[in-house]
Amino acid sequence: MTATAKGASVAGASTSTKDKGAGRARKLPSPKENLAAGAGTYVDDRLHSANFLKRSLNKVFPDHWSFMLGEIALYSFIILLLSGTFLSFFFVPSQAEVIYNGSYVNLRGVPMSEAMSSTLDISFDVRGGLLMRQIHHWAALLFIAAMAVHLFRIFFTGAFRKPREVNWVIGVTLIVLGLLEGFAGYSLPDDLLSGTGLRIAQGIILAIPIAGPYVSYIVFGGEFPGDDFIPRLYTVHVLLIPGILLALITAHLMILWFQKHTQFPGPGRTEQNVVGYPLFPVYTAKAGGFFFVVFGVTAALGALAQINPIWLYGPYDPAQVSAGSQPDWYIGFLDGALRVMPNWEFWIGNLPISLNVLIPALVMPGIIFTAMALYPFIEQFATDDNREHHLLDRPRNQPTRTGIGVMGITFYTLLWINGGNDIIGDFFNVSINAITWTIRVTCILLPPLAFWITRRICLGLQRRDREKLLHGWETGQVKRMPSGEFIEVHAPISAEERAVLTSHRTERPFELPVMEDANGIRRPHRRIAGVRAKLSQFYFADQVEMPTQDELRALEHHNGHRTDQVEHQVEQRELTRGPGQQQ
Amino acid sequence: MSDRPAEGGAHALQPEEHGQRLGQPHGQPQGQRATQGDQHEAYEPPETVTDPAQQGLIDDPHEEAPRRIVEGEHSHGPRQTDVDPRAAKRAERQVAALFAVSALATVGFVLAYVFIDLDSLDSLVWSNRLLGVMLALSLFCIGAGAIHWAKKLMADDEYVQSRHELRSTPEEREDFVDSFRRGTDDSGFTRRSLIRRSLIGAMALLPINAVILLWDLAEEKPGGPGGLRETLWAPGVPIVAAVTHAQVRPEDLAIGALVNAEPENLEELPEGPPRLNALANSAIILVRMEPAEIRTQQGAGWDYQGILAFSKICTHVGCPTSLYEQETHHLLCPCHQSTYDLADSARVVFGPAARSLPQLAITVDEGGYLVARQGFQALVGPSTWEVP
Repeated sequence: MTATAKGASVAGASTSTKDKGAGRARKLPSPKENLAAGAGTYVDDRLHSANFLKRSLNKVFPDHWSFMLGEIALYSFIILLLSGTFLSFFFVPSQAEVIYNGSYVNLRGVPMSEAMSSTLDISFDVRGGLLMRQIHHWAALLFIAAMAVHLFRIFFTGAFRKPREVNWVIGVTLIVLGLLEGFAGYSLPDDLLSGTGLRIAQGIILAIPIAGPYVSYIVFGGEFPGDDFIPRLYTVHVLLIPGILLALITAHLMILWFQKHTQFPGPGRTEQNVVGYPLFPVYTAKAGGFFFVVFGVTAALGALAQINPIWLYGPYDPAQVSAGSQPDWYIGFLDGALRVMPNWEFWIGNLPISLNVLIPALVMPGIIFTAMALYPFIEQFATDDNREHHLLDRPRNQPTRTGIGVMGITFYTLLWINGGNDIIGDFFNVSINAITWTIRVTCILLPPLAFWITRRICLGLQRRDREKLLHGWETGQVKRMPSGEFIEVHAPISAEERAVLTSHRTERPFELPVMEDANGIRRPHRRIAGVRAKLSQFYFADQVEMPTQDELRALEHHNGHRTDQVEHQVEQRELTRGPGQQQ
Repeated sequence: MSDRPAEGGAHALQPEEHGQRLGQPHGQPQGQRATQGDQHEAYEPPETVTDPAQQGLIDDPHEEAPRRIVEGEHSHGPRQTDVDPRAAKRAERQVAALFAVSALATVGFVLAYVFIDLDSLDSLVWSNRLLGVMLALSLFCIGAGAIHWAKKLMADDEYVQSRHELRSTPEEREDFVDSFRRGTDDSGFTRRSLIRRSLIGAMALLPINAVILLWDLAEEKPGGPGGLRETLWAPGVPIVAAVTHAQVRPEDLAIGALVNAEPENLEELPEGPPRLNALANSAIILVRMEPAEIRTQQGAGWDYQGILAFSKICTHVGCPTSLYEQETHHLLCPCHQSTYDLADSARVVFGPAARSLPQLAITVDEGGYLVARQGFQALVGPSTWEVP
C-alpha cells in the first residue's frame, strides 16, 4: 500500500511536469491515475506535505493487545462528541419551572425544570433520542474506564519513564477532567438522583473552611439549588471541559506520534528501534476498524442495556431521596470515602473544620491525583535514571513499582466497594455498619499487605524466570535413569522467550552515602543523597540477579549442544553428588 | 513500485519456516510446523526486497526507513490465507459479507426510523432496540470487516524502524541558548531591572481581573437574608404534610409513625427554584413515640405529646434523611449512612455526620394543629462557616 502511495506521488509529479510542456495538446490524465494522484498533488502543491505524509504512512507501530486501551478511550471520546452534539440540539439547559406534558404518562402534570422535561422529551418523543442518550451515557462510563485501565498499563509497564513524563502528566490531567466532565453531564438532566449528587457536591463545597459559603454562592448563583446552576454546568459540560480535553488529547497523541510508541521486549526489539506494522495499511484498518467496533458495542449497549432511567427517579426535590442511590461508577470511590470516614469535626468559634468531609472529598483525592501526576519524577529521583526508555518493563521486573500500583488499586477498590455498601448489605443481608467498619480497617491494613504480597510474587516470578533461563522449562515428563533415579526433563526455552527474559537489566541500589569523610568534613547535599539512597534501596534492594545474554551463551557453550538436556542434567547431578552416593 | 510482486510482502517470511529460524532450539517438537511447511512447499517464495530506497520506504535523511523484517529476528509464520489461495478467497468473501451486513443494517435503521412511531411505551422500547441494534450492526460490521481484512489478508510481516535519541545535538542546544541570550540582550530584559520588575509585578496582578469577575456569579451574597441559616420556620408557622400540604393534628400520627412535613408558608413562595431553595433547608420530619421512650431532647418540652420534629436535612453533606426504624428510633441517611437516634436528641450513632439533626420545638395552635414554637436553634444542613 505504501507502494501505491509512492507511485501516486511519482505519477502526480510527472503529470505536473507534463503540464509545463507548452504548445502541445494536453492529454487528459486517465481517471484512475487522476484520482490517485490528484489529492496528493493538490495538497502537496500547497502544503509541502509529501514527505511528512509519506513518513506518517510508513510509521511503524508495535502490536500488543494492551495498546488498544488508550484507543478505546480515544474512540469513546469521539463517540461522546458525536452523540453529545445530537443531544445538545434537543436539550434545554434551564431550571425554569414547566409542567411536563409529554408522552410519558406517569409524569404528566408534574412540575419540573425545563432541563428535566427536555431530557424526557429526548427519551420519549425523539426517535433515536433515547438511543443517543444511552449511547452517550455508556460511552462516558467506557471513556473513564478505558482511561483508568490505560493508565494502569502505562504505570505497570513503566511507559511513563523518560522521555514520556509529560505525556503521563497530561494523561493524569485527562482522567481528572474526565471525572469532572462525567459528573457535570450526569447532573444536567436535573432528576432526583443527579440533584442529590449536586447536593452532596454543595455540602462538600460548604465544608471548605471560610471560603466554603462564598464558593457555594458563586457556583450556584445563591442558595442551593437556585436557578443558575444547570445553564452554567451546561457551558462547562459542552464547551469548557471538552475544549480542554480535546486540546490535551491532541497534545497527548502528537507527543505519542513524535516520540514513537513503546514496545514490549522481544526478539529483535531494542531501545533503538520499533518493531511492528506500518500505519498504512495495517493500522489504518485495525485501528480505524476498532473505532467502528467500539462505536458498535456502545450502540448495542444503548439499544439493549437501560441506563439512567430518569423517568423512574422523577424531578429533583431537595426533600426527597430514594434508598440505594448510587452515582456513576467513577464517582463511587469518592462516595465510598465519604461513607467510610469517621465523623471527625471540630469547631473554632463558629468555624467548623469538617474533617469528616474535607479529608475524603478534597484532601484524599488531592493527594492521590497529585501523587499520581508526580510519580515519574519520584521514581526518577530514586533511581537517578536519566536514560531514555522505549522498551517496556515487565511488571515483575519492577517489584516495588508494581507493589505500589497494586497498593493504590487495592485502596481505590476498597473505597469503591464501600461506595456500594448499602447495596452489598441489602444483597448479602449484612449490616451496613459491619461493612463500613470492615472497610475502615481494611483500607488501612490491606494496601500495605497488597504491596508486600505483590512484591514477593514479583520476586518469585523473577526467580522462576532465572530458573527458566538457566535450566529451561519443566516439561512434566519424568524419566527413570539407568541408575534408578527419577528426574524431570527440562527443555530449553524458545529463542523468543529467552529474548524477553534477558531483556531486563538488573538495577542496583545506591549504597548509603558516606556522610562524613575521614577528616570529619560533611558531605554536601548529604540529606538528599541519603533520601535518594534509601529510596533506591526500597526500589531495588531485593532484585533477583538475571543472567545476561553473554553468560547464557557461555553456559550454552560449556554444555556443548543442548540437544540432550537430560544427559546434561544427570551429569550435573552426578558431579555434585559424587558417584559413590547413588542410591 | 510496480517491480515488487503485488503481494510479495505477505510471503516474505516463508524461508524461515523450513527449519531455518534463527535461534530455534533443536529439541523443539516440529511436527506441526513440518506439515505447514509441506503445505506450501510448492509455493514459490517471492524475492524479498531489502533496499529501502527500492521499497519506497525511505524517510527523511534523519530517519532511517522502516525495514521489512525478512528473517531471523521475527517470530510468526505464514497464515493459512498466505499459503492457501482458497482460504484467502474465503477470507475475502467474509470481509465483503461483513461490509454487506453493515449496509443492510443501515437500511434496517432507516426502516426502523420510518415505520416505528413513538406512540406507546411498547413502540418506544422496540424503536430503541431496533434502531440501536441496526446502528450497532452497521458500525460493528464495518469495524469487524476491516480488522478481519487486516488480520487475514493484508501483508503480515513486521517492519523495524529505528529510533533516535530525542535530545538535540550539543551544537543545536548551544545555538538555542545563543539565540535566547541574543534576545534577552537585545531587549535588555536582564539589564533593565526596573522594566523587568515592573512587568513581572503587573503581570502578577493581572489574574485579579479575572477572579474579581467571578464575584457576581453569586447573584445573592452569603450572609444576606434567606441565607444558609435561615429557614421558613418561625413561631406559630403551621406544619403541613409534604405531599398533601394538609395541616397535621397530633391524632393524625400513630405511635411509631414518621411523616415528612414542611412549613405552611412554603406555599406562599413561587413554584420552582424559590420554593426548592426554601425546601432545601426547611424540610422536616415528624415522628411520634411513647413519651416515655424519649430519652433526651435538644430543649426541654420541645416535643408535643411524644411528637418530635427534626430537620430532614442530613448534617453531613445535606441529603434528605429518610429511612426510619421504629424499634430503635434510628433514622438513616441513604447517601452515606449517617444514623441518628431520634429518641436521644437525634444524636449521631453511626456514620460520617458529626452533628445531631436540629430539633424544631413544636406545639399546637388553638385549632389543634401542630405549629412551630420557634425557628431552628441550630444550623440546619451541612456544617459551614457562618458568614458574618
